[in-house]
Amino acid sequence: MKILFLMSSVPDTTSKINFTDNDTKFDESGIQFVINPHDEFGLTKAVQIKEKNGAEITVLNVGTAKTEPVIRKVLAIGADKAVRIDAEPLDSYFTAVQIADYIKKHNDFDLIIAGKESLDYNGAMVHGLVAGMTGLKFVNAVMGLELKDDKTVEVAREIDGGKEYIETTLPLIIGGQKGLVKEEELRIPNMRGIMMARKKPLEVLPPVDAPVRTKIDKYEKPAPKGAIKLVDKDNLDELIDLLHNEAKVI
Amino acid sequence: MYILIYAESQNGKVAKSAKELASYAKAYADKTGQEVFAVGAGLEDAGELFKYGVNKVLTVENETLKQFNAFAHAQMVADAAKKNDANLVLISSSNDAVYMGPVLADLLDAGYVSQVISLPEESDTFIVKRKVFSNKGIAYTEVLTDNKLLRIAKNSFEVIEKPVEGTLEKFEPEVDLSVYDEYKVVKVDKATGKISLSDADIVVSAGRGLKGPENWGMIEELADVLGAATACSKPVADLGWRPHQEHVGQTGKQIAPNLYIAVGISGAIQHLAGVNGSKNMVVINNDPEAPFFKAADYGVVGDAFEVVPKLIEKIKAFKKQ
Ligand SMILES: Cc1cc2nc3c(=O)[nH]c(=O)nc-3n(C[C@H](O)[C@H](O)[C@H](O)COP(=O)(O)OP(=O)(O)OC[C@H]3O[C@@H](n4cnc5c(N)ncnc54)[C@H](O)[C@@H]3O)c2cc1C
Ligand SMILES: Nc1ncnc2c1ncn2[C@@H]1O[C@H](COP(=O)(O)O)[C@@H](O)[C@H]1O
Repeated sequence: MKILFLMSSVPDTTSKINFTDNDTKFDESGIQFVINPHDEFGLTKAVQIKEKNGAEITVLNVGTAKTEPVIRKVLAIGADKAVRIDAEPLDSYFTAVQIADYIKKHNDFDLIIAGKESLDYNGAMVHGLVAGMTGLKFVNAVMGLELKDDKTVEVAREIDGGKEYIETTLPLIIGGQKGLVKEEELRIPNMRGIMMARKKPLEVLPPVDAPVRTKIDKYEKPAPKGAIKLVDKDNLDELIDLLHNEAKVI
Repeated sequence: MYILIYAESQNGKVAKSAKELASYAKAYADKTGQEVFAVGAGLEDAGELFKYGVNKVLTVENETLKQFNAFAHAQMVADAAKKNDANLVLISSSNDAVYMGPVLADLLDAGYVSQVISLPEESDTFIVKRKVFSNKGIAYTEVLTDNKLLRIAKNSFEVIEKPVEGTLEKFEPEVDLSVYDEYKVVKVDKATGKISLSDADIVVSAGRGLKGPENWGMIEELADVLGAATACSKPVADLGWRPHQEHVGQTGKQIAPNLYIAVGISGAIQHLAGVNGSKNMVVINNDPEAPFFKAADYGVVGDAFEVVPKLIEKIKAFKKQ
């Protein structure tokens, strides 16, 4: 089985977000990049499938050389080889075109694992656009995946207020998330993995020409909150009054 | 030119998200002199949308299409847009719409913007604000294509009544229904009778400060008296104290209710990332140094086991008035 893992590298979740160049650019100074947390569940799932059924895992990232340390981390966790398409992921459409092009040229992946959304631009679209462009099957917000036989898979998809179980067939693209594997099963790189990762191939490919469809003109930070109003624990009537008359929520 | 909204249903009725989309579309249509159309499958009360400014509802009665399938619904919406000369399409941020969005964007060749929180700016170019970096930033995003698809962030727009004389039109979209065979729904697990966390106006949430699952009775009661949904922090779900569907935060659900009440939650940055879109936040915590006090609008420093039961009594009394 061949698995393609789509990895988005994003600022560590505790990062303070700032903008530079007259608020036209995200300020990357001092930012630590990590594997997108939603993607991590899919990566561990891929490694589990490899251990159980045998599989070859390729990690694909559209990004500049800056993402290589994060790609190496994915190799250390268990991917067999890496491909980086050497471009700034300008917008989701551009990024999806690159990924779709790679998939079409290879055309032999059984399972393509993405995350349901990247935690930087929160688009929730790259993998779905790839599905549209390649005609591959696609299920989003996947919180469980079970291979029934060579062809059939059952996935659990998050729906508002619950889960929907869908039976479908490979090849398939999933947008993974929490639940795909248990939290305590998430893999982190160990020393042996890190050593081995150094020797694993990382191929760098040029991007294909593609237009962008959206463009960010400028950024701003959300308006700062006003100071908190503290209510004495023995005077909860005041809280009810504030919620009723000021916030108008009860 | 028309603005088209994808109207979702909830138990056969027009969902609140559809009313929000209609209100957004109407506000923009009034500025540009456009009209608003809606398309939806199996909406028993489709005419309800006229109240919120929808001029025409394309009602789809096909039994198969009443069940959601991302590819079928994307085809349905794309067909409605093409046949009705709509180049601006709006969808909600429900799980279904998030799933369908990119597939629809591909069919429409549309520039697609997610987590939109503003009407398009008054400018020559088409620019909207959207949330990025898990609510820690806002990006002014320009759409460069003729067809545009916007996914509106949850609870960013109020439902506003602006009644118009609308019409209902039966619509039979060109959809390849074989996609339903490609994705067979074998089972659905849905908590019934409870308010779903994603739609709730009020959410009562608790964290590790509650010490153990046996103490959630008062949280559920507080939620009950407020008509609220319940949520929890990540460790609480990880410890198995609460079902993981309740986990909110950066790696859990992202919610944006009108009121979020956090009990015994420290307010870690990853937790806040999932809830700081809430209009109002109340924190109850016995540690005045808890970071949540920096993020919330209202706070009570105190022991949850003392404050919450009292608050329940006070709210009960208030509701009786
Ligand atoms: C990559 C990553 C992703 C993460 N994603 C999420 C996420 O999505 N959601 C999330 O919630 N967390 C997330 N976390 C975890 C987050 O960093 C915090 O560890 C977590 O939110 C803490 O949960 P808590 O507030 O319930 O527990 P604690 O931090 O243990 O806080 C408990 C609070 O309860 C208070 N308390 C104790 N006793 C009482 C009492 N009797 N009455 C009132 N108050 C009391 C304490 O003062 C304390 O403030 C993530 C972490 C990482 C690294
Ligand atoms: N630059 C990228 N390279 C490879 N995969 C990506 C990239 N950006 C996004 N993805 C994948 O697409 C998913 C959704 O991303 P997004 O549409 O940006 O929210 C992510 O979780 C990744 O799996």
